[in-house]
Amino acid sequence: MTHIERGAPAITLAMIGTWLLFASVPLWIEKVGLYQYLGVEILIFATYALAYNLVLGHAGLPSFGHGAFFGIGAYAFGLAQHHVWPNLWFCIAAAAAAAAIAGLIVALFISHRRGIYYALMTIAFGQVFWFIAIKATSITGGEDGLLKIERLPVTTGFASFDLKSNVALFYFVLVVFMAVTIFLWRLVHSPFGRVVKAIKQNEMRARFVGYNVWAYKAAVLILSACLSGMAGGMFAMAQNSAFPDVMSLHYSGYVVMMTLVGGGLVSFWGPVIGAAAFFLARDVIGAVTTGWMLWFGLCFVILVLFKPEGIAGLFQGYMRSRAAPKSVPPQPAPTSVAR
Amino acid sequence: MAIFEARELHLRFGDRVVLEDVSLAFEEGKLSGIMGPNGAGKTTCFNVLTGRYKPDRGRVLWQGQDITGRSPQDIVRLGVARSFQLMNLFDEFSVFENIAVALPATRSRSTNMVRSAYADPAVADEVYGILERIGLADRARDDAKSLPYGARRALEIGVALACKPKLLFLDEPTAGLGADGRARLAELIARLKGQLTIVVIEHDMEFLFSLADEISVIHWGQVIARGTPAALKQNPWVESSNLGRLN
Repeated sequence: MTHIERGAPAITLAMIGTWLLFASVPLWIEKVGLYQYLGVEILIFATYALAYNLVLGHAGLPSFGHGAFFGIGAYAFGLAQHHVWPNLWFCIAAAAAAAAIAGLIVALFISHRRGIYYALMTIAFGQVFWFIAIKATSITGGEDGLLKIERLPVTTGFASFDLKSNVALFYFVLVVFMAVTIFLWRLVHSPFGRVVKAIKQNEMRARFVGYNVWAYKAAVLILSACLSGMAGGMFAMAQNSAFPDVMSLHYSGYVVMMTLVGGGLVSFWGPVIGAAAFFLARDVIGAVTTGWMLWFGLCFVILVLFKPEGIAGLFQGYMRSRAAPKSVPPQPAPTSVAR
Repeated sequence: MAIFEARELHLRFGDRVVLEDVSLAFEEGKLSGIMGPNGAGKTTCFNVLTGRYKPDRGRVLWQGQDITGRSPQDIVRLGVARSFQLMNLFDEFSVFENIAVALPATRSRSTNMVRSAYADPAVADEVYGILERIGLADRARDDAKSLPYGARRALEIGVALACKPKLLFLDEPTAGLGADGRARLAELIARLKGQLTIVVIEHDMEFLFSLADEISVIHWGQVIARGTPAALKQNPWVESSNLGRLN
């Protein structure tokens, strides 16, 4: 917390370490018996979970319908590509914008709520969008999905890179992920981010020190939806298609699980850890038993019961117990600033 | 002329009349007290004056301007801040950040999503200025929730001061404090007196009578007496009630 008065660094060691670790993934992932596409999935969902944690961990607003924004981004990417302009940047922007608009619509109805009522309203809205995606067959392809979504080349003024291979796509997603981590890191330390954090702790006091709480809650949801939609757009590219299932309630539950298991409530990097843990569990436990979700679910229950701070919380606890002399009881985590 | 005025406020919750024809006026630079038994409507009255509730009838005037029914955030921006009877801090923030987030300087930058929130040295100066006033400068780095009760009461006032108010409403600042803590808080409020207009709700009569320039007594949702402490001591109602019993 000491850096609070001086300001947080723009780029941290943890950030660089995470980037480098991900950047090395395509070099070894096949050697450990996994496959390149898994890396793409993890990075996309890590981006999505980071965006989601803005709402859950940072603003303390339990959204259980976030899949809607991810899915809308995926459809918007495909539709923009098919009907408007097959340009990567344009389609990503369309995905982000469409999800942000959906976020705005939801925010208008729920931003005066918090807690369980907020959660119920987000579920209801999530279901509405999911239902529309299934029923609007002429636009979304219904349950068959929206197919033939191309992996568009990265065009810059002077060169163009093809994203057809999973490795190329991985590095593209990594660049987006890096941009998102820098932006979110700045955001949580900015005046806006600190006010949101204050609102999470005490909405009434925040109003009585002069903040329009409704507007901040709405803004956070819209921002989160926008970034989730961007992740959804990349997922449409990865899958070459967009399906309604990512918008369903149980897919929305996955991102909640990733965020909580990873430790999004106590750590900036929790959602990233959680996304990686989720997909690794799916593939590693899934290789042994088709009931992998049973085991992952059990882990989730155990974590929530005994270590609600998640994997990042376990790690922080370990670091503290090593730093502190044995006779002194461990100090409570400094939670006021995301690390 | 009164800087803040309430005229004929009425408020009902369902069929219960909570405020009935309440008129109050607070003079600029003075410390006014509001007293009355539990459930008399004192805190409700504060809640109407600071925008938490809308009155059914009546008007609230700040520097002659009608602010009836305005939102709390609007009223704070006009220069009217309040503290709370039940502790209302940002518990996970440090003492420093509890103050810093409430500063108008932070508020004016609060749409900024990129810059560090409190990196400006002027912000730290302002925060430490307020922490000096409430005697918590040496605890700036501690989490608010780790503070002892008396220090939390002081921080409660500090957060309201951070809004840079011209008028400060204090809702039972000594609630739950022992004699020692009360004395320290009285000292703090005595120091603030004269720097800005203050209105205090208080149960502790000794506390209020020693500090206030003028006191209004609220009972059954009505103002039943008003005057200087000296005059109120002669008031037969105050004298005969437990309220007026001074140690």
